[in-house]
Amino acid sequence: MAAKKSKKAPAAKKAKSPVVPKLVEDAPLYIPEPKYLPVRSRGKPTFTGYRRENGRVGVRNHVIILPLDDLSNAACEAVANNVKGTMAIPHPYGRLQFGEDLELHFRTLIGTGCNPNVAAVIVIGIETAWTQRVVDGIAKSGKPVAGFAIEQNGDHKVIWAASRQAKEYLHWASELQRETCSIEELWVSVKCGESDTTSGLASNPTVGNFIDKMDAWGATTCFGETSEITGAEMVCATRGKTKAAGEKFMKTWQAYMDEVIEPFKTSDLSDSQPTKGNIEGGLTTIEEKAFGNLEKIGKKAKYVDVLEPAEEPGKGKGLYFMDTSSAAAECVTLQAAAGFVVHLFPTGQGNVVGNPIEPVIKLTANPRTVRTMREHIDFDCSGILRREMNFDQAGDGLIDITMRTCNGRLTAAEALGHRQFVLTKLYRSA
Amino acid sequence: MPKAPDFLVHEVEDTVGVVVVETVKKGSNLEGWLMAKDSTLKIKSKDAIPLGHKVALKDIKKGDTIIKYGHDIGKAISDVKKGGHVHVHNVKTKRW
Repeated sequence: MAAKKSKKAPAAKKAKSPVVPKLVEDAPLYIPEPKYLPVRSRGKPTFTGYRRENGRVGVRNHVIILPLDDLSNAACEAVANNVKGTMAIPHPYGRLQFGEDLELHFRTLIGTGCNPNVAAVIVIGIETAWTQRVVDGIAKSGKPVAGFAIEQNGDHKVIWAASRQAKEYLHWASELQRETCSIEELWVSVKCGESDTTSGLASNPTVGNFIDKMDAWGATTCFGETSEITGAEMVCATRGKTKAAGEKFMKTWQAYMDEVIEPFKTSDLSDSQPTKGNIEGGLTTIEEKAFGNLEKIGKKAKYVDVLEPAEEPGKGKGLYFMDTSSAAAECVTLQAAAGFVVHLFPTGQGNVVGNPIEPVIKLTANPRTVRTMREHIDFDCSGILRREMNFDQAGDGLIDITMRTCNGRLTAAEALGHRQFVLTKLYRSA
Repeated sequence: MPKAPDFLVHEVEDTVGVVVVETVKKGSNLEGWLMAKDSTLKIKSKDAIPLGHKVALKDIKKGDTIIKYGHDIGKAISDVKKGGHVHVHNVKTKRW
């Protein structure tokens, strides 16, 4: 094989040496041709992933250093600095929480550790009891996990012990191999942000086309944003696969209105939805905004169940709705904690969000955003506005970039170091 | 390849399209792409319409429901001529 191809090998080509530019603004941007493109037999693609102990498939292979609480961030960051190739995931909470808010805290941390994009976990907490609870939760997935507590040890000793353990996990994880996986094993989440008129018009329906195709192939997918569906809630309720799923959605949406909006609102929502910026951009009513958002779930797919924040889907393959905030990082963090391994993020004006463990693929149909924020955009579907591509073609393009991302291509957010790990807090701590 | 459209329409039943160019003045001859049928619509604009804003695809009467993406997005609070600018001055949500 190698001998046969040697005539066309790069050495035979006249290699062009790039000129070092005097002014860097004039520098051309070289984009090498991708060497490995996704294989699409009869339309249905495969990808290569890491099969974990519990059978789930991940597309990244992180060893994470996970703090139980704010106090343990410094030790986690020191360990990640000691052992190159591991990643600390700092956050500001974990003390004096109680009730449902505390349960969500544990569910998010444990879910993050269990996510199949994670190979192994070190947990560091201020004390042993809650640290042990997170370790026990992650251990159920079968993956390597170890915990350390700072009280009565101090940072130095904990950093030493955790670094020693993290290094062994890293050696082990770095030998794991990808294997070919079927699309039924892929879990994809979606959420949009900094939306504008191009979102509902083109980038959200592109995601919708992707979801309809993925749903027919048996993938597991998830959308959220309880607040942003306001205006389209009655139609969203009809998208439940069963009457029970639709009713559960309405109950979740109503609870959000009653428990969050009613007690805390200072004026009628009609002044803030759509926002002044939305209106300037051409949106007229809250319904118009919500239906633009709902374009993300396509025309055919129906959700099988409604999930609590960070709850793992439990009713088999298909589309799920999760009760989440519409703030980008909070939503993606909850979806990653529920086990989703790759995220699609359509944006209009250019949200730059990323997540430490779940690759976030940005797409936009706004040609100005493509031009001004190129480094953040993974997939440009602005051709829809010029009638150069229809939704079917844009959806196929999005499938291709998603498969390439699953196979290992780093997203813009990963390359730029966007690791927004933002825990959802239900109410203030004790 | 068809020329780049001035506005897009998703569904056949939509009564508005979305302008995707910055050059729509009063009296412009506009070409739209009806995506559901991959066909071309032609309309003369009655107003200047900014990028991202909506154009009426037919005469709309006060009280009529506005349909975009195949859904009810609100009602007209005054008559709008075919080719007119559809926005907060002539459309309101039915909710509040």
